[in-house]
Amino acid sequence: MFKIIEKQILAKGITKIVVWAPDIACSCSAGQFVVVMADENSERLPLTIADSDKSNQTITLIFQEAGFSTRELGMFQEGDSIAHILGPLGNKTEIKKFGAVVCIAGGVGIAEVYPVSRAMKGAGNRVIGIIGARSKDLLILEEKMKNVCDELIVVTDDGSYGRKGLVTDALGNLLDVVEHSTHTVYPNLVYAIGPLIMMRRVCEVTRPYDIKTIVSLNPIMVDATGMCGSCRLTVSGQLKFACVDGPEFDGHYVDFNELNSRLEAFKDKEKCLNEKCPRKI
Amino acid sequence: MFKRKVPAKDMRQKVRQQEAKKRVKNFFEVALGYSKQNARKEASRCLQCKEPLCVKGCPVSVPIPEFIKLIKEDRLQEALLKIRQKNNLPAVCGRVCPQEDQCEAMCVLNTKKVPINIGALERYAADFRVVCHCEELSISCGRRSNLTHKIACGGENMVVVVGSGPAGLTSAADLANLGYKVTLFEALHTPGGVLVYGIPEFRLPKKILRQEIEYIKSLGVEIKTDILIGKTFTIKDLFSQGYKAVFLGLGAGLPQFLGIPGENLARVYSANEFLTRVNLMKAYGFPDDSATPLNIGKKVAVIGAGNVAFDSARCALRLRAKEVTIVYRRTEAEMPARIEEIENAKAEGVEFKLLTQPVKIIGGEMGFVKALECMRMELGKPDDTGRKSPVPIKGSNFRVEVDTIIVAIGQSPNPLLPKTTPELKTNPDGTIWVDENFMTSIPGVFAGGDIITGADTVIQAMGAAKLAALAIHKYISKES
Repeated sequence: MFKIIEKQILAKGITKIVVWAPDIACSCSAGQFVVVMADENSERLPLTIADSDKSNQTITLIFQEAGFSTRELGMFQEGDSIAHILGPLGNKTEIKKFGAVVCIAGGVGIAEVYPVSRAMKGAGNRVIGIIGARSKDLLILEEKMKNVCDELIVVTDDGSYGRKGLVTDALGNLLDVVEHSTHTVYPNLVYAIGPLIMMRRVCEVTRPYDIKTIVSLNPIMVDATGMCGSCRLTVSGQLKFACVDGPEFDGHYVDFNELNSRLEAFKDKEKCLNEKCPRKI
Repeated sequence: MFKRKVPAKDMRQKVRQQEAKKRVKNFFEVALGYSKQNARKEASRCLQCKEPLCVKGCPVSVPIPEFIKLIKEDRLQEALLKIRQKNNLPAVCGRVCPQEDQCEAMCVLNTKKVPINIGALERYAADFRVVCHCEELSISCGRRSNLTHKIACGGENMVVVVGSGPAGLTSAADLANLGYKVTLFEALHTPGGVLVYGIPEFRLPKKILRQEIEYIKSLGVEIKTDILIGKTFTIKDLFSQGYKAVFLGLGAGLPQFLGIPGENLARVYSANEFLTRVNLMKAYGFPDDSATPLNIGKKVAVIGAGNVAFDSARCALRLRAKEVTIVYRRTEAEMPARIEEIENAKAEGVEFKLLTQPVKIIGGEMGFVKALECMRMELGKPDDTGRKSPVPIKGSNFRVEVDTIIVAIGQSPNPLLPKTTPELKTNPDGTIWVDENFMTSIPGVFAGGDIITGADTVIQAMGAAKLAALAIHKYISKES
């Protein structure tokens, strides 16, 4: 059983929990995720590891309460125990000195880009963070990102905080400035994580500049150990499983159309669960 | 010429079943087993051969005539203990073993076409403990032998078993009986491997499986779930933690896909995903008893004709699909599934499109599947499995309207641990290389079951696991 040591509401509908998970805390790295089952009848829910503490043997999970399973998890309080957590899963992010790295994230994706930004900074990269949310009350971890980025650009869709616009607008502007200047250089790598449509747009922004763009995907998963193919996608025309070959891929080669359809496959079932809402929630 | 009819008393006792029309509406067990009367009648037919061929046909050498005699004499506790001398999962094997290809195929009564129903008798003896609460006796017997062996082995040598499918559970039980302190790590949240995620409730009730696993735990095996070896711990970590040997029972859990266009459309599932949602995650109870959904339409095509394909098809019927069709490139004669499963599926209303090969999956709005394009096939020369090869008939393409596709064309060895453990040598087909003693390229690490053979039956995995457990015992005895 995995006890919740600390719980915090970071923003409207965005919850942070610190969970005692000694085996996972000792072996995880940036970019990896866990699969969580709140109780014995719950779904298996993949969540990125936002942080870990080896000495306290804890991992931090930050999630948005977007559907039944995340809302169910959001009901847990400090002292409650989560029935099952499996991890660390997925491949570790490749962290090395690339030069200049843009870490771009939207919404709850900021929680997921934070450990990568920190690791990239630790490896000697110049880190430019671009974070955004729909509005000010949905923006999370700004201070933490400021601490690990050499430059941080903050945007909100409605302009209630930072610059008005999408993270992809900010990225586009940044690359535009480089294009028209003589003394700045393009980033060596862009690392994007957030809603699928955001990551897809980031790839389209960077494609004409031929800048390697890593996306961290979160397709539907069941076992998350490579045995079912629920999370399959096509990358460069080849079949890949996000849980064991990913979750990170070169975004310029991902078939986003196909991935988007697969992500929508259970939408009507999700609705049914929300309407029925039969259990303790 | 006058053919002598087999007298009634010599006929094979039929096993009661849930009636087909009723059972397609539920997930309850189809085969209802023998009553005491039937079991004793069937047991009485056994000739108690002095040199029993049936035992030779059993991959784990269950002492068959001996347990059958005990059933005939209504000494069921002893019958179960007798079986457990060799088989620690009798309630599972009695249900899922292809006895018709193994022990029953060797029965001398095949000359009169009435072999003993060894599987049903094994199940009868195994299920007895549920009725008569004799688990305590079994447990105390287990513990007694465990203790004796512990003293004999002289120590608290620790062994790890990775994977809680048939191979893992069997090697863990045998190693515990040999006196070792066994820890079994399982990646999923509940043990059983393919027994819990692959085989449906109506063939193997999970309550029965849990009871079998409780017995194995009673032998002293500690099962820890939610641990993925290769990720949570590495093999090196295990040796650092003081384990003397490792047994890998990782299984063949990697689903095979056809590689045809449209295979990633929504509502195209691997059989593994479909069955895992239904069996492991109890999607048949969605939304009241399970939060895991399964998006299944009304016209389901299942591609393949092995046991997994038939399990998928029969689950789909129970999930209220109107039409479920097995699409297979050969004919019924070449189907790898058990005849019993094929007959049950037919009775339940599964349809068949034989000599048919899918070539393309066509999607509709929103990227959901709407049709399957196929080619007709004819049978050519035998391939290396001895079955006639399917040969496409040019220009014979046709379309079938479907809204759900389940790809059940086979499973390959799970590649996750070899990927994260470069020192673990694998063969080109993804199986883990082992020597004649089941040891891998890493000293002290052994493997057995589907991970070394490719996808095969429960009982074959158990047979290999028993041999591997002995090999581990020899290895540790030599090293200490």
